[in-house]
Amino acid sequence: MLRLEKLVKTYKTGDQALKAVELNVPEGQVLALIGPSGAGKSTLIRCINRLVEPTSGRIYLGDVELTGLSQGNLRRERRRMGMIFQEYALVERLSVMENVLSGRLGYVGFWRSFLRRFPQKDVDEAFRLLDRVGLAHMADKRADELSGGQRQRVGICRALIQNPALLLVDEPTASLDPKTSRQIMRLICELCKERGLAAIINIHDVALAQMFVQRVIGLRFGAVEFDGPPDGLTPDVLTTIYGEEDWEATIAPVDEDEVEAAE
Amino acid sequence: MPVEEIKGQKIWQRRSGRESLAHWVMWLIGVAVFAYCWQQISASTTWFFVWDAPRIADDIWTRATPPRWEYITQLGKPIWDTLNIATLGTIFSLILAVPVAFLAAHNTTPSRFFIRPIALLIIVSTRSINSLIWALLLIAIIGPGVFAGVIAIAIRSIGFCAKLLYEAIEEIDQTQVEAITATGASRWQVMAYGIVPQILPAFAGIAVFRWDINIRESTVLGLVGAGGIGLQLSSSLNVLAWPQVSLILLVILAAVVISEWVSAKVRGAII
Amino acid sequence: MSELHTLIGKPWRKPSFIKRPWLRWALMLGFAAYLIAAYMTIDVNWSRVYEGLERGKKFILAFTSPDFTTRSSDIYAGMVESIIMTIASSVVGIAISIPIALGAARNIAPLPIYLICRSIIAISRALQEIIVAILLVAIFGFGPLAGFLTLSFATIGFLSKLLAEGIESMDKVQAEAIKASGARWTQWINYGVQPQVMPRLIGLSIYRLDINFRESAILGLVGAGGIGATLNTAFDRYEYDTAAAILMIIILIVMALEYLSGVIRARVQ
Repeated sequence: MLRLEKLVKTYKTGDQALKAVELNVPEGQVLALIGPSGAGKSTLIRCINRLVEPTSGRIYLGDVELTGLSQGNLRRERRRMGMIFQEYALVERLSVMENVLSGRLGYVGFWRSFLRRFPQKDVDEAFRLLDRVGLAHMADKRADELSGGQRQRVGICRALIQNPALLLVDEPTASLDPKTSRQIMRLICELCKERGLAAIINIHDVALAQMFVQRVIGLRFGAVEFDGPPDGLTPDVLTTIYGEEDWEATIAPVDEDEVEAAE
Repeated sequence: MPVEEIKGQKIWQRRSGRESLAHWVMWLIGVAVFAYCWQQISASTTWFFVWDAPRIADDIWTRATPPRWEYITQLGKPIWDTLNIATLGTIFSLILAVPVAFLAAHNTTPSRFFIRPIALLIIVSTRSINSLIWALLLIAIIGPGVFAGVIAIAIRSIGFCAKLLYEAIEEIDQTQVEAITATGASRWQVMAYGIVPQILPAFAGIAVFRWDINIRESTVLGLVGAGGIGLQLSSSLNVLAWPQVSLILLVILAAVVISEWVSAKVRGAII
Repeated sequence: MSELHTLIGKPWRKPSFIKRPWLRWALMLGFAAYLIAAYMTIDVNWSRVYEGLERGKKFILAFTSPDFTTRSSDIYAGMVESIIMTIASSVVGIAISIPIALGAARNIAPLPIYLICRSIIAISRALQEIIVAILLVAIFGFGPLAGFLTLSFATIGFLSKLLAEGIESMDKVQAEAIKASGARWTQWINYGVQPQVMPRLIGLSIYRLDINFRESAILGLVGAGGIGATLNTAFDRYEYDTAAAILMIIILIVMALEYLSGVIRARVQ
């Protein structure tokens, strides 16, 4: 459903962040993107919805080529890609409800959104999503009054209300404690399954990735080093991705029911 | 090289020889410049008047006290005008400053090499000219009165407000803007949802702060004929009615204190 | 789930900034009423304004052909006087501000001195330059001396207040360490306080130099010396090209000062 062909990104400084990345994500697949800092994980995700302009290569979402779309058409395609951010990236001075509804901005006109008069079905959907993540009672709180885990749930609602086909998830757990991290990962994976969404989850925590996803991509210096199921991540593989280190303690003893839950 | 060896002993000095020489030369130049300036001022001063100053000051003081309290009945309209000049001037200037600020901030400007310099030029030129000069100019163009005062205050405040506002725009959290962009929002929606909520508190603070300054400035605009209480001050000075002058000064002082108090209260409520 | 059923189908409105509806409406209506009242009391002579537009256009066009030459000697003399007043008053003002700022910082000054210094600052800040200038011209006669004194006086209020705030927010531990070494009061100020507030003092001084220059341009209007008198004459005679030339010089000097202050502030930090 998502296809990257020879995707290259070279920054103005001359750093080559992505070197001819090839990737194919079928419908409904949740995959994790791992790799050391600076491997180009964030760049890859941002190239897909063109928050970062790729230097060359092609990106297909379904049968639409995203690279080379005009601004207007790009906006229309961005609606099909929900994005979840590392530091939540909620608009802190807006209420929870406004943050969730901002996911519908691509569908409503300027004045309607400016006056906060969203269609009733959008409002209903927003309440349903907030209820799904357990935050319906918080709708009128300001986003900066929420805890980290709660904020990330709002971020998830904002991405899902777009009614996307694909979720782009950038380090969803980087600023959360271990327990909340697991809850958030579980929530994302459950929601993807419920709605049949594909997702690319960019994540630091290898053990957490193994716990929830069906497929892992390892990135090093902007090139794909590993592509396979989570239990294929042996110490040798991790050494090629991250470099020499004792990996035995990092790899989670694969928890049987967690895997079942994820699949 | 602050540590030197002299006769086999290490001597620490705060500055090396060359540094301390440069330091002394700078001080010398500074003192010379100041001495020259003072000499120039002194040359164009009639020192006889200066020696006579204590007597004159005492004379003015005895004439000015007590203030002519009953004159306050005639000050109602001028005070109202002063308030209007400040408030309407602030409102107009904010309406003009917002677009200028968006054009000047390097993360929102549509064109970095063409439009941004123009916006910055508007900011620096309106800011560097005092409102009294703007008032003089506007009186020459559209005639004396409150209206000239309003426009003078409005023009003068554009640069001040736009400068503070564009600094606030440049400091916003870019990831929030990115998040809104990623939803497929249009340029204007990104502005309304990603940028405006972030700068709204700064905007409110700037508005109240500038209103406070404008109250001060509008009290004296009348000196050049642009309406407000300064008009009464100027006419009282012209006929040397010192008791009225002292009353007007007290009223201005009260206005300044009250506006400062109001602006502190409002800013406290916003933030 | 029951909670959800109550929410679905209900329209959602953004909660208002002011929660109480009556207060919100009272404020909005009050403000609207004020605006209408203010508009009604300003009598604008629109035909006069319309006539003026022609002159306004002339003035703006004058910026394309400013006249530096016709009154060059007046402009030169006025500018030099403005600059001289600016420099002299900044030096004197800053020199006086430093002890007052020390006195107005609660963490180093005893209460009586603190109160005295704070009231000096309050008086200086409450009185505007132009009013002080009028009084000083009445007392000392016309000329740059009145302007110099005005600007020095205004500098004290501005600089002492901001410098005192800087001293009050300094790092206490550093100052205490110096005190602990047995330093005398002057040594303590010199080693414990001065290094911490020096960058701020330099930054503020340059900023004030900039303000003093801008203010010196208007003091001439009331006879306190500087370029203001020349500018006033130019406006009175409708010599827009000369006025444009003067304004351009002022803008250029202010820009240069701002640039300079940026460079110096970057260097001291």
